[in-house]
Amino acid sequence: MAVTSRGAARVVPLAPAVVLLALFMLGPVVWSFYGSFTNAALTGPAALNPEWIGLDNYTALFGDPDFPKSLWLTVVFVFLSAVVGQNVMGILLAGLLRSAVKPVRSIASTVVVAAWVLPEIVAAFAAYAFFHSEGTLNTMLAGVGIAGPDWLYSTPMLAVILANIWRGTAFSMMVYSAALAEVPPELTEAAQLDGANGFQRLAWVTIPVIRRSISTNLMLTTLQTLSVFTLIYVMTGGGPGTDSSTLPILAYQEAFKFAQVGYGTAIATVMIIVGAVFSVIYIRALRPEVD
Amino acid sequence: MRTARFLIAPVTAAALALSLGACGSGDGGSDDATIKVAYQKFGNFTQADELFKDVKVDFEEANPGVTVELVPIEAQQNDYFTKLALMNRSPSTAPDVMYEDTYMIKSDVEAGYLQPLDDYLAEWDEWDQFVDSAKEAGAGDDGKTYGVSMGTDTRGLWFNKDVLAKADLPEDWAPTSWDELLEGARAIKESDPDVIPFNMYSGKPQGEAAVMQGFEMLLYGTGDTLYEDGKWVLGSQGFVESLEFIETVFTEGLAPTPQQALDTNIGNTVQAEWLPEGKVGIALDGSWVAGNWLESGVAPWPEWSETMGTAPMPTQEGQEPGAVSMSGGWTLAMGAGSENPDAAFEFISMALNRENSLWFDVANSQIAVRTDVAEDPEYTKSNPTTEFFTDLVDVTHFRPATSDYPKVSNEIMVAMESVMTGQQTPEEAAAVYDEAVAGIVGDENTIQG
Repeated sequence: MAVTSRGAARVVPLAPAVVLLALFMLGPVVWSFYGSFTNAALTGPAALNPEWIGLDNYTALFGDPDFPKSLWLTVVFVFLSAVVGQNVMGILLAGLLRSAVKPVRSIASTVVVAAWVLPEIVAAFAAYAFFHSEGTLNTMLAGVGIAGPDWLYSTPMLAVILANIWRGTAFSMMVYSAALAEVPPELTEAAQLDGANGFQRLAWVTIPVIRRSISTNLMLTTLQTLSVFTLIYVMTGGGPGTDSSTLPILAYQEAFKFAQVGYGTAIATVMIIVGAVFSVIYIRALRPEVD
Repeated sequence: MRTARFLIAPVTAAALALSLGACGSGDGGSDDATIKVAYQKFGNFTQADELFKDVKVDFEEANPGVTVELVPIEAQQNDYFTKLALMNRSPSTAPDVMYEDTYMIKSDVEAGYLQPLDDYLAEWDEWDQFVDSAKEAGAGDDGKTYGVSMGTDTRGLWFNKDVLAKADLPEDWAPTSWDELLEGARAIKESDPDVIPFNMYSGKPQGEAAVMQGFEMLLYGTGDTLYEDGKWVLGSQGFVESLEFIETVFTEGLAPTPQQALDTNIGNTVQAEWLPEGKVGIALDGSWVAGNWLESGVAPWPEWSETMGTAPMPTQEGQEPGAVSMSGGWTLAMGAGSENPDAAFEFISMALNRENSLWFDVANSQIAVRTDVAEDPEYTKSNPTTEFFTDLVDVTHFRPATSDYPKVSNEIMVAMESVMTGQQTPEEAAAVYDEAVAGIVGDENTIQG
């Protein structure tokens, strides 16, 4: 009895947080999942009386030629800009800055972190101005006599991937700086005495020690990148055609341009599944729980 | 630490109570003495805001005890539709009067957001001042009227007289068929190969401008149409022939190159640079284009009224009525849930009386839809092309603005783009369109043209 009342007393302070989370996080998720089985719309007859249409949205989605392309673009965007770009750049920068002298370290990290500090819309406009056909990049190229292409038109995915790496690397860099500082120096020194070279020390000592940070960071950056909307929307609007329409852009178009909220939430559900697949892979591959 | 933990619960609870309380107090909605007016206010478009601020003062003076609550929505067009739709979904936020695009009326009627105005209009002695096409534009699929038109726009051919003179075309050039239009363009190309003879918007980046200013200006001049008696027309000859026209202008080099035409900004470039600099001969465009060249516009060009000429877009072979135009425009509509419909309608009728319509049409470069405004010298003299574009109201068409239209329109852009880039022949592109539209609206909602 004493135990139960103590348990209850512990739950009480948690209740407001749980209620808030349920109201503002779980509620929309459940509603969105439910919505994906209806023909809910913002206008037209379905706005008045949304009907339960079972799996019709998903059938239509999987039959839509834009969908496989969009799914593929999303995977490419996440893989190249988050998994490869932000993580590799982040760990390299963190490693290099550890051995750099103080002024270099402060200046370099300030520059990198600046992109992260900018509000997303500002960063997106900056990237747009940089890659625009008459933007900073092409002006600089013209300065050395190279006529740059219209990046946002001819290579839209490359432009948004580079922009996202630029914007997101700071986060990975900070996570890895903290993780590298925790690697016990005696481990690397012992490996050095045993004759391990720099690469071997990184691969067999440092990375295994910081793998929990890697796993956490991979998961966070993947989920963040999966939901990137503003950056792509401002830079290319998903175009030209549908050449940079990742799933968030596609969902926005269907839900708000064509007013098909039900169909849009079906795309959102697919995004949750893609995110879950990535997360499971990380958890399995890096097994952060085993020490 | 203990104290801190001890404090969290009551503080959070208090915060929660406060936020819930705030939600509660917002639920009051329109009480009996308030009417809520929602409209767009964005960037340079502040004319509606000015109009409603003035009307609010007059209205409250004439109706003591009734308060007008203005709700300007600061959003781009697409986002405005979304925000308005979201407001309409909840009785506590639904407006009594809203600034409503003619293009959204039919689907918003089906969504149950709007209230028919027929009973009020029957008693309004100024309703017969509105031209028939404007009345039609405010109608739902059930034939009832849901919106009172504030003004409209029309579309036609703009041409640079200097460029035409070099090709020995007269100052009052006016083609009477597509062939004559093409001949004019070919003559310009021969006289000066550096000039783009003819511009029409085409392809996905131009969005609705391509479909409405471009494709529909052709299709509605062939005698065929997109939508008839509640069904979408598939496989019509006019559809293929309109695409053939697009194929001709783009493959013969009479239009901008596909790469130029697919630049998102071509609209601004044509209006602000190419036409004034004589780099484009003829442009199929809207009645509002001259607004760019006024002193207050983005590209002031005082000589425009001498240099630029206008001609109606001809029908395909000059068949009756000889010219074609497409129109859009905005209305004032009443929310379905309005608790004060009488006051709401009075507000609408006051905002769109002769004086206010005149002010709005002139300030916003609109084509008047009230005959008394259209005849007013202050309106006809506001701009040298006003009369020309006002006369096009007689031959104008409105888009079949059902809830499927945005998706059908998207398929038209795709067909235009694949023809202009040479990826498909007009017949192939039309077949793809037919299949896509049947998929969108369902076979039972289509007929063969």
